[in-house]
Amino acid sequence: MLRKTVAAILLVAGTATNVQASEMTLALEVPRLQVAEYHNPYVAVWVQSKSTGNITNLALWYQIDERGEGEKWLKDLRQWWRRSGRSLEMPVDSFTGATRRPGSYSIDVTEALEALPAGQYTLYIEASREVGGREILKLPATLPAKEPITVKAVGESELGTVALQIKP
Amino acid sequence: MKSKLMKSKLMKSKLLILAGLVVMNLPLTAQAHRLWLLPAATVLSGEKPWVTVDAAVSNDIFYFNHHSLKVDSLKVTAPDGSDLAIQNVSVGKHRTVFDLELTQGGTYKLAMASAGLQARWETEEGERRFWPGRGETPAPGEFDTAVPKDAKNLKVSHSSRRMETFITAGAPTESVLEVTGKGLEMQPLTHPNDLYNGEEARFRFLMDGEPTEGVKITLIRDGSRYRNSPEALELVTGEDGLIVVEWSQAGMYWLEAEYEDDRARAPATLRKGGYIATLEVLPQ
Repeated sequence: MLRKTVAAILLVAGTATNVQASEMTLALEVPRLQVAEYHNPYVAVWVQSKSTGNITNLALWYQIDERGEGEKWLKDLRQWWRRSGRSLEMPVDSFTGATRRPGSYSIDVTEALEALPAGQYTLYIEASREVGGREILKLPATLPAKEPITVKAVGESELGTVALQIKP
Repeated sequence: MKSKLMKSKLMKSKLLILAGLVVMNLPLTAQAHRLWLLPAATVLSGEKPWVTVDAAVSNDIFYFNHHSLKVDSLKVTAPDGSDLAIQNVSVGKHRTVFDLELTQGGTYKLAMASAGLQARWETEEGERRFWPGRGETPAPGEFDTAVPKDAKNLKVSHSSRRMETFITAGAPTESVLEVTGKGLEMQPLTHPNDLYNGEEARFRFLMDGEPTEGVKITLIRDGSRYRNSPEALELVTGEDGLIVVEWSQAGMYWLEAEYEDDRARAPATLRKGGYIATLEVLPQ
């Protein structure tokens, strides 16, 4: 669940004034865990429109192998699987990648988010780990943003700090 | 002499009680006879995933402690309507196990169904009789010769029984959710493989194809061994045959529906329907 959300005040751009050269970044932390058996987590990042429910995938990190064995566990990203994964033909090159080791990552989401119609959105970050747990974090965002903002949430188990930074 | 009489009287009453129990045990009263299918998973991903399924009879839901279940009549329908063969069937003392390879994407239905006439009556001497005998499958047309039509207190019922569960590989599909129009059936308005804690699910119950009011539903969640009560949820369908369930806990659920009325086709005067489903509710 959403533990802590720090959201700056958002100003809705009433009439879409096209702002150029904006920059939107998702910072995502895969925490280092003191466990006997560690496997990199599967991670899915997607954004959903509050009004239409439409989903845009931003990232999916999973075990990619020739035999497709790693796809067997995609369902464990439960909400992503339900909202998007189960309707996709895997692999989808545009947003998938291998699992990542613990550390801090930055995903450039500028192109994907700029393509979205103006409105309210929720950005979801879901992680699931073999022999471990699952966690989902949500970040609210109104697009396009008029002012620079950072929305942040902090995970408790499978995710560290996640933050969406928008520089219009 | 006196004690002997007492004894025989006692024995007689015991016999009567036994006969009563046997009648209660007829397939549609599932009280002492709970059947279930238990898939290891209902939501699967990946290429042609395999899933293992248990089939058993026991009063304690999803605990193997009574009897294995014959799966000869089990039919697995694939999303495209074809039959999928079950594999690696193993019949143990307390459970039957089999595997399915889900070669197509979509929703599969596992179903067992049976229907037939049942009769009970009393002889001239007041002894209770019933047909067919417990555990017996009568030959076609046997009713005409085996049941005396002029017997005292003759009650003939037509019973149907159906047990189902659903498994989805990839995205859920609707094709297998079509009802047959025979016996008591569940028409899911919420997809049975898209059930989540904290959300509502709507199921319509149909008797011989008609939405039916007054169908009694019992829902029991798995894990009853670890709590003091089965925490059964009891519901009754409304005029439109609907029930609305708000899942307050994730888990594997056993759903039983029972119905009877007097709108039977001759020679039956009583129409009975039983339906069982195993449904998985996932956490958010």
